[in-house]
Amino acid sequence: MVKYAARGDRSIVEETRPVAVIGSRILTWLNYVMLTGGAVVMLFPFVWMIATSLKYTEDTFTLQLIPSRVTWQHYVDLFGSTAFGNWALNSFIVAAITTVSVSFFGTLVGYILAKFTFAGKAFIFTVILSTLMIPTEMLIIPWYFMSAQLGWVDSYWGVLFPGVISAFGIFMMKQFMDSVPQDLLDAARIDGMGEWGIFQRVVLPLVRPAIATLCILTFLGNWNSFIWPLIIIQSPELLTIPVGLAFLSSELKDSSSWVLIMTGAAVSVLPLIAVFLVFQKQIVRGIAMTGMK
Amino acid sequence: MNPWFSVKKQKYVFIYSCLLIPLLFFAAIRLLPMLYSFYVGFHEWDLLSSEQTLVGMDNYTALFKDDVFVQSLSNTAVYVLVGVPGQMALGLTIALLLHRIIRWRTLFRTIYFIPFVTSVVAVSWVFRWMLMPNGIVNHMLISIGVDPQLLLGSPTQAIYLVIAAMIWQGIGFQMLIFLTGLQQIPRMYVDAASIDGANAWQRFVHISLPLLRPVLVFSVIIGSIDYLQSFTQVMNMTTGGPLNSTISVVLYIYELAFKQFNLGLASAATVILFGFILLLSLLQLKLLNRKMDY
Amino acid sequence: MKKILCKTEDVPTKFVKFVWVAWLSVLLIVLTVLGGCSGSGTGGGVGVGGSKGAGDAGGLAANGKPKVTIDYWQYQFPAKVELMNKLIAQFQARHPHITVKQTNFPYDQFNEKVAALIPAGKGPDMINLYYGWLPKYVASGYLQPLPAQSFSVEQVEKEFFPFVSSAKLNGNYYALPTAVRTLALFYNTDLFKQAKLDPKQPPATWAELVDTAKKLTVKDTNGQFVIEGFAWQPNAQLHHWYRDALVHQAGGQDISDDRRRVLWGETEAGLEAFKYLLDFAIVHKVGINNFYTDDITAFKTGHAAMNIGGSFHLAALRKDAPNLKFAIAPVPAYKEKATQASFWANAITKNAQGAELEAAALFLEFLTSKDVQEQWVEKVGELPAKKDVALQQKYVQDEILGPFIQQLSYANAHFFVDEKLERDYFIEAVDLVLLKGVPYEEAFKQLVEKTQKLYDDYWAKQDKKK
Repeated sequence: MVKYAARGDRSIVEETRPVAVIGSRILTWLNYVMLTGGAVVMLFPFVWMIATSLKYTEDTFTLQLIPSRVTWQHYVDLFGSTAFGNWALNSFIVAAITTVSVSFFGTLVGYILAKFTFAGKAFIFTVILSTLMIPTEMLIIPWYFMSAQLGWVDSYWGVLFPGVISAFGIFMMKQFMDSVPQDLLDAARIDGMGEWGIFQRVVLPLVRPAIATLCILTFLGNWNSFIWPLIIIQSPELLTIPVGLAFLSSELKDSSSWVLIMTGAAVSVLPLIAVFLVFQKQIVRGIAMTGMK
Repeated sequence: MNPWFSVKKQKYVFIYSCLLIPLLFFAAIRLLPMLYSFYVGFHEWDLLSSEQTLVGMDNYTALFKDDVFVQSLSNTAVYVLVGVPGQMALGLTIALLLHRIIRWRTLFRTIYFIPFVTSVVAVSWVFRWMLMPNGIVNHMLISIGVDPQLLLGSPTQAIYLVIAAMIWQGIGFQMLIFLTGLQQIPRMYVDAASIDGANAWQRFVHISLPLLRPVLVFSVIIGSIDYLQSFTQVMNMTTGGPLNSTISVVLYIYELAFKQFNLGLASAATVILFGFILLLSLLQLKLLNRKMDY
Repeated sequence: MKKILCKTEDVPTKFVKFVWVAWLSVLLIVLTVLGGCSGSGTGGGVGVGGSKGAGDAGGLAANGKPKVTIDYWQYQFPAKVELMNKLIAQFQARHPHITVKQTNFPYDQFNEKVAALIPAGKGPDMINLYYGWLPKYVASGYLQPLPAQSFSVEQVEKEFFPFVSSAKLNGNYYALPTAVRTLALFYNTDLFKQAKLDPKQPPATWAELVDTAKKLTVKDTNGQFVIEGFAWQPNAQLHHWYRDALVHQAGGQDISDDRRRVLWGETEAGLEAFKYLLDFAIVHKVGINNFYTDDITAFKTGHAAMNIGGSFHLAALRKDAPNLKFAIAPVPAYKEKATQASFWANAITKNAQGAELEAAALFLEFLTSKDVQEQWVEKVGELPAKKDVALQQKYVQDEILGPFIQQLSYANAHFFVDEKLERDYFIEAVDLVLLKGVPYEEAFKQLVEKTQKLYDDYWAKQDKKK
């Protein structure tokens, strides 16, 4: 009999029959082989991107994955001759504020939609969901009208406002709250716990991984968002990274500007990986705190 | 007890007060612009001029007579029907594989997530390099004795390659959602099943899958909305070609609005797309949620 | 489950309190941000053109004229923006009462920005536009004819090269360029030597171009290109080459003089030129599209021996491939000589009225002056748009610029009613033959019909307005 121990997220196999031991070893081994194969596929284009950023401009279009000669010049150029640092700061501010706001509203409204019954719930849910269905490309003209009227053009707030509450976030949190077993809530209610206590002590710990996930996704989505910041921002010092990089592309499609774009794209991934690693710990801790043993 | 402030009333006050600002927000930021699209859809409006002429259903009839628009609709169907299941199946597989392992889990999870955070534009360029006629993909095909292919230059292959690039980029998201879902399944459920002698497959089908259902519903719907709105990869890898074989509805809307300045047609196309997405989402919500009463 | 079981007092009120505290803090953050940014944001002018207006109207400049500010939009290209900043300084020194505010947009998103900003009433007084977009902008009533007292039709036609007339609509000029570009044949002299060809004798006729391309092409054992004899990228410059060079060279014409009819189908010339262009890939197999992603990259990296390119490619070639040995020749000819010319032109929008219009006219006069055109050649590398400036010995004799400039007098700039769709249709026709095996004649007939329909729709709308 295979028994999965419940410690955290790991599974330990306690086994008596040798055949099954070998079987499960092979399985584990296969598991790693598949993951490694997949990882190579996932990393390849990314590694290529980094490699390109390290090549001399003349070598940009050689088909070498590992450059025969390496230069850091593009990184020097990126930080020296463009306002990349400034763009990164702007991207960070925008993404961070949006993340806080989106996760707050997402959790709150998601909980209400998942675990309460009230008049108009289905309608409200449908309305919120339906707001996801219009492509952003078609919204930017009305949004710009609005911003121009209200004087929000060319400001952080102008970039931020369409994203401070996200239907995606609400929908996502609602779905995760749905998967919180009703038994647990009922058990807590039978134990005489109040609604707030249930939310705080039963639901929140259980969905902590989901909140962390929402934070990651929101931060990344806003860090990389392009079309709206492009339209609303005018001053060079307020640009975000993707828009700043777009300013480097030219009619000539010359490789020097392309390499700078690649370099910028490669650099802009690093803080995201850092954010991911931080929140990933949050996800794991969220599991540990469920207290379900 | 004050009858005006009974627990039940309080609950309602609380619910609606929490919902008020988000709803106002959505009304102002999303619904109004959408109604505006409906309105513009009945007009002829050249973005550069201030005059809007009422033309009734003309924009709609023009769209359905437009071969490119019809083609963009059928292409979008391919994006959804191939892309969504592909991304979900692969994402779930990776999440399950990751859930099983102990060593290097953080490393793998990070690697699989990297594509999701990489700039689509920069990566599309890398894909174009790999997929050009003399690129690395054709080199590999030749070395295993297969004829070189047209790849992005082919009206039959290009769309699947674009979908592959989209899956490549989106899989980290999918994995994370499923992984989070798997981690949220209370251990005691799985343990109980194990004690009852259920094997791994049975545990997956009878415990994990049903408990993942809300997450699956979420993934299917968000995935469908995403793929219905396919744009950036198409724009940067093929710009819709060759022979319009990869053009998506959103790309076409974008071209109508921002390249041809024809906001009337673009709005009408948006309304049509919106209708499709709404229909599909409601259908999915109904179907997928019904299955929950197993 | 011990933790869960513990009793908590019934506190919906506490929850409500928590929500409001959270709410207030979010609001506070938002307000702080709002306050913080509107300080820096509005300082630079709310949006484009927001800063001009009432504030400027009151003051008088040193020269006693009322102060006026004009907004100028062009796309972002470092050399152009830098030079334009210098030119603006020169201009403002001459006219102290005028301030010119330059705003730049990313090249690829130029039209997006324009499309989003203009309906909200944020428009420039003067805008730099690709010549192929002019009819669209004029048709929508966004541009105004250049003031006749400064730019009379006779004077413009006397001073500028004839192809600039594609900026002439309904009898008026709507825009004028500082600089122009032409297409020419770029060829790699090292590859010529490798193929035992004389780099001093570039192909000068259609037949020679095919022959030379065949000799230059190198393929590996799998039949894959190692070196293209002739870079073949219909969606880059080749569609221009077709319309403005090949068709004319074969004795045809692109459109009728009244700009209402597409004439490719009227004579044999259109089809002959179409077939000539396609045969490089289909019959002679000397080049293929997307080799090294595009023609310019293939040429830059020495994988394409010849390429039809524009003078605007020179700067990038020098920067990206300093070691590439190449030379320039006029586009190979057939029955006639012809090449394509293109330009970005400065237009005055309907926003500019009164003093602004006067200032804009002055600025445009300045931008098209001989002095500025010469500075432009040196700093940006584009060709002067005025005959007497371009045809100076120092430019005609120039080894690199010479071939481009020599062609200016017989260059054409097609009148596009829709630059994007006309290009799309051409590429579609090429792909139909190349990928679907549709006969040349059929694809060509479709191309002519679809393009003609664009013209019919355009003119139907124009005629209705009158």
